[in-house]
Amino acid sequence: MESRTRDGVRVALPLAIAPLLFGASFGLLAIDAGFGAVGAVLMSATTFAGSAQLAAASILEDGGGAASAIVAAVLLNARYVPLSLAVASIFHGSRRRRAVESQLIVDESWALAGRSGRFEYGVLIGAGLLLYVVWVGGTALGTVIGDLLDPEAIGVDAAFPALFLALLAPYLRDRRALLTAIVAGAITLVLIPVSPPGVPIVAASLAALIGLRR
Amino acid sequence: MSWLVIAVVGGVTIAFKAAGPVLLGKRELPSRVASVVDVLAPAMLAALVVTQTVGGDREIEIDARLAGVVAGGVAVWLRAPLLVVMVVAAGTAALIRLF
Repeated sequence: MESRTRDGVRVALPLAIAPLLFGASFGLLAIDAGFGAVGAVLMSATTFAGSAQLAAASILEDGGGAASAIVAAVLLNARYVPLSLAVASIFHGSRRRRAVESQLIVDESWALAGRSGRFEYGVLIGAGLLLYVVWVGGTALGTVIGDLLDPEAIGVDAAFPALFLALLAPYLRDRRALLTAIVAGAITLVLIPVSPPGVPIVAASLAALIGLRR
Repeated sequence: MSWLVIAVVGGVTIAFKAAGPVLLGKRELPSRVASVVDVLAPAMLAALVVTQTVGGDREIEIDARLAGVVAGGVAVWLRAPLLVVMVVAAGTAALIRLF
């Protein structure tokens, strides 16, 4: 393993407890929603995005239709278009290789890869690989003993936004980035009450047009 | 029915994640596009912070997460390492939920 990739694994290791617990919650919910253990693990291995998977499973479990589960999950994951555009320049090699490696983009690996102010390929791959293994493993675990694990009891859901805040902080020394972050946060806040989950984050990407100002 | 959801959501998500690296790749971007891409990271991080702190299903939800993130924000201000920031945020939210 390249040393930068090892760095990525090391940086992500302390936060691996969270995807383990959330993966287990998803596994448990997916069983109740009728996915079966194989379906649950398959979804974690292909979609690899927590909020969308949890949303889709809970809609089906509540008796909602496949169409509403799909729409909710697709909206929640639409943020991966701007996220992958932002990090596109660090990928190299053939189109196929870029397509495969891009699957390791998940909120946390993406955010950690940019922690020094510019995106690092090794960190994205290392953190992404670790989080992938833990997410899929956590899902499998959840299908068996999911009811024993509760991420909210230990506050894991508050740890993630705090992590993103910590990773946002270094950008804020730049006036243009600060302004962009404020506008993006405001767009998100205004749209949360009036649009389906997922839409506010995608709309917030429009704040990046501030980059056009000189 | 769940297989349809698994297949469609998986396929679409894979395409979303591949969009940037496959379509842009290492291509040199025009400077105006590059300056937009440059500030995408802070924009998306700010949006993630807001949705994960107070986001609910079409409503603003003020709960233990907000207290956790505020405490985490203080740790960021004091230049604490990432892990400490996360533990402070999680610990604060967990404590509030205990009472």
